[in-house]
Amino acid sequence: MAGPMGPKRYGGKNTAKKGTFTRLLKLLFKNYKFKLLLMVICILVAAIGGSASSVFLKEVADVIQAGDWTGFLKIIAFMIIIYASATLAGFFQTRLGATITQGFIKDVRVKLFDKMQTLPIKYFDTHTHGDVMSVYTNDTDALRQLVSQSLPQIFSTILTLTFLVSIMLFYSIWLTLIVFVCVILMFFVTKKIGGNSAKYFIKQQKSLGKTEGFIEESINGQKVIKVFTHEKESKKDFDALNDEYCENSTKANIFANIMGPVMNNLGHLLYVIIAICGTLLVVFNVRNVSISGSVIGLSVIISFLPMSKQFTQSINQIAQQLNAIYMGLAGADRVFTLIDEESETDNGYVTLVHAKYDEKGNLTESDVRTGLWAWKHPHKADGTVTYTPLKGDIVMEEVDFSYVPEKLVLKDVSLHALPGQKIAFVGATGAGKTTITNLINRFYDIADGKIRYDGININKIKKSDLRRSLGIVLQDTNLFTGTVMDNIRYGKLDATDEECINAAKLANAHDFIERLPEGYNTVLTGDGANLSQGQRQLISIARAAVADAPVMIMDEATSSIDTRTELLVQKGTDRLMEGRTVFIIAHRLSTVRNADVITVLDHGQIIERGTHQELLDKKGSYYQLYTGAFELD
Amino acid sequence: MKRAKKSMLRTLLGSVREYKLPSILTPLCMIGEVAFECFIPFLMSTRLLGHLEQAHELGVSPDVNYLLIWGGILILCAIMSLTFGSLAGIFAAKASTGFGKNLRKDLYYKLQGFSFKNIDNFSTSSLVTRLTTDVSNVQHAYQMVIRIAVRAPVMMVVSVVFAINILPKVGLIYLISVPFLVIGLALVMIFAMRTFNKIFKKYDALNNTVQENIKGMRVVKAYVREDYERDKFEKSAEDVRRSFTKAEKIVALNNPIMNIAMYTTTTLVLFLCASLGAEFDVANLSALMSYSVQILMSFMMFSMFFVMLTMAMASGKRITEVLNEESTIVDPVDPLTSVNDGSIEFKNVSFKYSDTSEKFALSDVNVKINSGETIGILGSTGSSKSTLVQLIPRLYDTSEGEVLVGGKNVKDYDLKVLRDSVAMVLQKNVLFSGTVAENVRWGDKDASLDEVKRVCKMACADEFISSFPDGYDTKIEQGGANVSGGQKQRLCIARALLKKPKILILDDSTSAVDTKTDAFIRNSIKNEIPDTTKIIIAQRVASVMDADKIIIMDNGKINAVGTHDELLKNNSIYQEVYYSQTQTDNATKEVNG
Repeated sequence: MAGPMGPKRYGGKNTAKKGTFTRLLKLLFKNYKFKLLLMVICILVAAIGGSASSVFLKEVADVIQAGDWTGFLKIIAFMIIIYASATLAGFFQTRLGATITQGFIKDVRVKLFDKMQTLPIKYFDTHTHGDVMSVYTNDTDALRQLVSQSLPQIFSTILTLTFLVSIMLFYSIWLTLIVFVCVILMFFVTKKIGGNSAKYFIKQQKSLGKTEGFIEESINGQKVIKVFTHEKESKKDFDALNDEYCENSTKANIFANIMGPVMNNLGHLLYVIIAICGTLLVVFNVRNVSISGSVIGLSVIISFLPMSKQFTQSINQIAQQLNAIYMGLAGADRVFTLIDEESETDNGYVTLVHAKYDEKGNLTESDVRTGLWAWKHPHKADGTVTYTPLKGDIVMEEVDFSYVPEKLVLKDVSLHALPGQKIAFVGATGAGKTTITNLINRFYDIADGKIRYDGININKIKKSDLRRSLGIVLQDTNLFTGTVMDNIRYGKLDATDEECINAAKLANAHDFIERLPEGYNTVLTGDGANLSQGQRQLISIARAAVADAPVMIMDEATSSIDTRTELLVQKGTDRLMEGRTVFIIAHRLSTVRNADVITVLDHGQIIERGTHQELLDKKGSYYQLYTGAFELD
Repeated sequence: MKRAKKSMLRTLLGSVREYKLPSILTPLCMIGEVAFECFIPFLMSTRLLGHLEQAHELGVSPDVNYLLIWGGILILCAIMSLTFGSLAGIFAAKASTGFGKNLRKDLYYKLQGFSFKNIDNFSTSSLVTRLTTDVSNVQHAYQMVIRIAVRAPVMMVVSVVFAINILPKVGLIYLISVPFLVIGLALVMIFAMRTFNKIFKKYDALNNTVQENIKGMRVVKAYVREDYERDKFEKSAEDVRRSFTKAEKIVALNNPIMNIAMYTTTTLVLFLCASLGAEFDVANLSALMSYSVQILMSFMMFSMFFVMLTMAMASGKRITEVLNEESTIVDPVDPLTSVNDGSIEFKNVSFKYSDTSEKFALSDVNVKINSGETIGILGSTGSSKSTLVQLIPRLYDTSEGEVLVGGKNVKDYDLKVLRDSVAMVLQKNVLFSGTVAENVRWGDKDASLDEVKRVCKMACADEFISSFPDGYDTKIEQGGANVSGGQKQRLCIARALLKKPKILILDDSTSAVDTKTDAFIRNSIKNEIPDTTKIIIAQRVASVMDADKIIIMDNGKINAVGTHDELLKNNSIYQEVYYSQTQTDNATKEVNG
């Protein structure tokens, strides 16, 4: 059940690093030692059964010729035992294979996912979602194929080959030599055809990638094609790609299709040659050389015929599996690459704890939720612990930051947000507004300067605790599959239904949720595809509301909502912002007007700051931005 | 729609066309290959080995010439089989890839004729799957059909005939083992398919969790929900593991079934031969064995083929759905080939997206727009602003009433003529891979670079294009991934301007552009193409307040039409929006107080 490969992957190299295979085997053995051992035994027994037929054929032919009835019954009894055990072994082998593979793949998936959760945001900003996703689908699938099919099959084929060679040598070295000569010949023929086939397959994959890429792009832009009546041009472009793909794929398929009959019939040829040579050996009474010491007779020739066929088939199978093994290892390589990615580091030791005031009026830690929070700050020097109440006072001092070295995105940014203040950032796209919030919650770490939260350098705060103290509402709502209630509860996992509903009421979301077909139990799928943008945003605000963090970050939370809907959302956010320190990023100036401090960013620097009125009076950049709307009057 | 839909098979086979000959030659060559292939064991045992045995029994030396002649004939058979087999392979490759090409082409051409409504019926992602994965599946299935559907039965029949010819009683053995194999495999397949269909949903859910996490990692991290997500995923992965293991254990039954059939047949054949004792020709033993293997193999091949075919059926069905879909908008019989001017009139227009939906997206719309006017449209999300303008270039047809452009019903125009005169910048903008200039030239493929630059200047795009190292030759990546939202919008406006349209529609096309640039663009459009009717859908009042008329949409109806001053005086929706966007703190107090 190979999944469809994403077009983007076609160009990717299918080469694996050294050591991938050993690592894979180690990983397999770690958890499935016993089962693997059992499976190896099963494969061994099954392979014996598979190669024994020719021996039986020879022995039966001998006893028939000799008319030895009891000898025949002995052989038949032996046959039944061997076949029965081979059948059972084959059955258990596949069952074990299923258990091992699925278990292993689950381990890999969980490992991948666990790792992914620890990766820094930078990883997701620098890798396309499709590429990351492809590790879970295509690469994991290739790995599954490798473990479940290719590896056991190649192991079993090698065993069978070994058995066959032994049997052949046992009966006749001359005939074995003939088989070998023919197989070597076949090997060269297949290599020639296979080489050509591979060449055209690469071409085919490339043009398939191009064609599918084109299809994807043009279907996504189909409405634009219609609006610009570009149908004819689009057909022409498509035809060119489609024809090219067909041509390459015909060539690749011809080679692939010929391979079967060629191998098959070379097998027949070998079959015929064995028969002729065998009979000639008998006719000319050539002395047989063999381990068993038996003479070449009809029965030996008869047993060599199916063996030669089996031999060529096995070689063929190995050739086919090699490609799959290669692809599987390349997949394994990408899986390991992700697992080896560097996790987000966290050296923070200041934690967020429930707090209470003791009799003496000192702040101390509490075991139960008190509604009061404090930063627990252990001092390494003297072993004391101090508690600082969580207030939401944030200071940035001369902060510099760049995503890539040498390209500063923020330069010398300083600001002070007092508890309960609303700080707004305005400025053009790329001015660095979002970057500032990425730094506060430490999605990225600053290059120079300091950020303090309630007087504590945020580098000292444990990341999870820092983030828990920050509520966030983003432009992309990112709801998860589940009920509306589940989505709101995401903000605080132990919230009661009532708390969630209250949060929804606060966010102005309650009314529309009640009107949904199943109310709070309506299941959302595909990032809430069945809701409007505004409704999705209201739910994400409710989610932030239930988290009840002292500091809020609203990043373009209302930018893609029209102003009338925004009014509704605004009422929700206004209530949410009450009594909290809030960082607002907005494109639309109407959203930020009520902020206590508005900072205007330009190319990573704060060029103006003040209240709405102050900035208007100043008649600077903000004034220009704000009045830009009236320019035409 | 009412016309009886063509059957899936007929529709799909309609794409074979010029590849009929190789499609027929493939199975014919296959028959040739199988015939010679099956002949080999027969000749070998009756002639070559038979002669040897006879000579041995009579105690004479075998005739070498006789052996060499028959050896030569056998080699000839193998060569013939090889030739036919290779030819079959070549023809099969040509037929199947050609069929796939035609199928893809038919789908693509069909799609180009689709109306917006048709496109909405299928989602874009499902259309992509249908044109890619589904076509590949059907193409593979087609190759299987022309190769194996003939090969397997012929192989089976010929093998049985030869085998019975050698030893009639052997037929009895096949009578037992073949039905056992067929029924056994069929049962396993049926059970397995049923289980697999169920678990694929679980697998999809698992992938969905991953996808949501990749997309929403900021939210996960912001709420410190890493462990919660891990638990969720672990449960889901465990569920998938358990179900897949169970299903694969069912499939594991295939193995013993095939082995039992194979081993029992082998044992029985040997037993049968032995029971005949000296009467039996040992030379025939090998032929019987190889025919037995071939018979069982052909059945296994056939059952595999059947599974593949059932899987391809689903793909075939999805493809047929697209091929049988009738375009809902087609050119009139005797179309008008020119558009007089840019005047627009909506007469009693009502519209709903689907015939079955109860709710009208637009109802009783009556409005007249003069050529050259600038019209602003304002309204909340879901008030059908976009729907209204999409009726103008006939992207959708009205359900009731009519839309006139240049004084004529839009349904009377040649579609290309109409759409060439109406330039529309869609809300969901798309750029295509290619250079910046190529993208802008979508508006007019013969436009000179100067002209391209001129419209880019009008759309405020020239400044950022010039700042790119490659300027107008800068490559746009798929989906326009390497330009920002605002830049994309400006390029799309430039592209529309290059069409020199009679009507220009901007559907919320400057939402990501800052107010200053927005104003500049509106200004240059106003000054440079005064004769073009301009329709601007916007969320900012500032974008529409200087329009000749502003249409206020509310819940699929026109709430009011008027100038800025008129609406500010009389229209509550307009007032609400206007004050929310422009008032100062003092003004808030005034209005609310």
